Amino acid sequence: MQSVSVVGIGQTKVKEHWDRSLRELAVQAILGAMQDARVDHADALYVGNMLSGELTAQENLGALIADAVGLRGIEALKVEAACGSGGAALRAGYLAIASGEYDVVIVAGAEKLTESSNCYATASLAMAADADYEAIHGISFVALNALLMRRYMHEYDLVPEDFAAFSINAHANAAHNPYAMFPAPITLAQYQRARPVSEPISVMDSAPMGDGAAALVLMPTERLNGNRNRAVKIAASAVATDALALHARRDPLWFGAVELSAKKAYAQAGVTPQEIDLFEVHDAFSIMSVMSLEAAGLAERGRGAYLAREGEIGIQGRVPISTMGGLKARGHPVGATGVYQAVEVVQQLRGEAGKNQVPNAHIGMAQSLGGVAANAVTHIFVN
Amino acid sequence: MDLARHWRLKDQRYRLEGTVCAECGAKFFPPRQVCTECKSTNLKPHEFAGRGELYSFTTVSAPPSGHEEFVPYIVGMVKLDEGPLVEAQITDVNPADVKIGQRVEMVTRKLRAYGDDGVIVYGYKFRPIVNGS
Repeated sequence: MQSVSVVGIGQTKVKEHWDRSLRELAVQAILGAMQDARVDHADALYVGNMLSGELTAQENLGALIADAVGLRGIEALKVEAACGSGGAALRAGYLAIASGEYDVVIVAGAEKLTESSNCYATASLAMAADADYEAIHGISFVALNALLMRRYMHEYDLVPEDFAAFSINAHANAAHNPYAMFPAPITLAQYQRARPVSEPISVMDSAPMGDGAAALVLMPTERLNGNRNRAVKIAASAVATDALALHARRDPLWFGAVELSAKKAYAQAGVTPQEIDLFEVHDAFSIMSVMSLEAAGLAERGRGAYLAREGEIGIQGRVPISTMGGLKARGHPVGATGVYQAVEVVQQLRGEAGKNQVPNAHIGMAQSLGGVAANAVTHIFVN
Repeated sequence: MDLARHWRLKDQRYRLEGTVCAECGAKFFPPRQVCTECKSTNLKPHEFAGRGELYSFTTVSAPPSGHEEFVPYIVGMVKLDEGPLVEAQITDVNPADVKIGQRVEMVTRKLRAYGDDGVIVYGYKFRPIVNGS
């Protein structure tokens, strides 16, 4: 296996892009990444996307986007792992370089969620769960997370306000990210007044649906010849799974896939959880942040929420998370999200995160989850 | 309309039929082809009694399409007396009276319909067990 580096990044703003199609968003992000990397060619393209078929009646994204971006003829395919599709596409791109198969690979994530009605998009997102035993009962994706959050609060004797710091942190960071969907800080009072979606989850615990695309250019580290000083090395790439349905898990309050993939990643990178300088966590819901921090070894079981309450997750904290706004405030174009996370870690490790720059950031982790952590893709980057 | 799909699930939807591992005795709902405990593929049908206690619950007010007619509705996870968890709607109850830990039992209800001309899907929901019943 050869070492893999990220040599270029690109992204579009996350929002309701009524004037732009899925392919236009993808092309914009990919061209940005290629320009950043100073490459005009790639050997392969891997596109992370969850719902293009269901929501825009378009599959076969590999061929579509490779052609649209001027790379007709190269290997290209779509990678799907529900909301973790972006992370899974990065995994595919990583393997293509690490194996020695290719020298230049583009990883893109693209998703268009606002093309349809909310009910239809909600039903489509529930496809990340078990169709025969969860979705048929009308259990939305939010509701699955609400089931976990209610039980978590019950077992650990917490109230919704104990989760507020995650949303407040994400919005504070998004305020300085020009690509974020909701670049405005929120207050505790706004969190407390927020409209419930599926109690105890309110809109302020939930990442918004958005459209967007992000892209990375990968190359073998040894081919960089020392002239790409902004390159960031991928020190670990690991995927693990859990039972898809919540009811099939031995312990629904423990993200087994997060633990497995994080442990594999720490071992590959030769680092401990304590050495991670920043963590782009899959904060689709506050409860997911809490349970991810615990399963990834960054908080003790039952203590994930306290990490936020005690101010440890801010830019200056011990475990900075959602440093450019996270899913919560940058926005969550589901299949693109994992690539946005990687782009943001690279921004941090290059020292290009502006007002959100984590001091002395050398080791960054991104984790992309599919379903309610049924699929966990963890990448660790070092500069 | 997924006719074959809903027909195929009739034993689960109407009788809460899962499986029991003939090798190690582990019980599963929904049914499995491979035992998670001992990896045996020798599993037999097993009908669950349909009683248990509420592990967690929430209310759905922004429904997936196809479920609009019941809004708002309560969904929950039920820990069956035989061990497995099952996800379903919680019915026949005032939302304010739903509590983690309360005893519930399976009932058969309409799950959803597929338009005026489509199939109506029936299956299990759970309701609180009335005292003394």
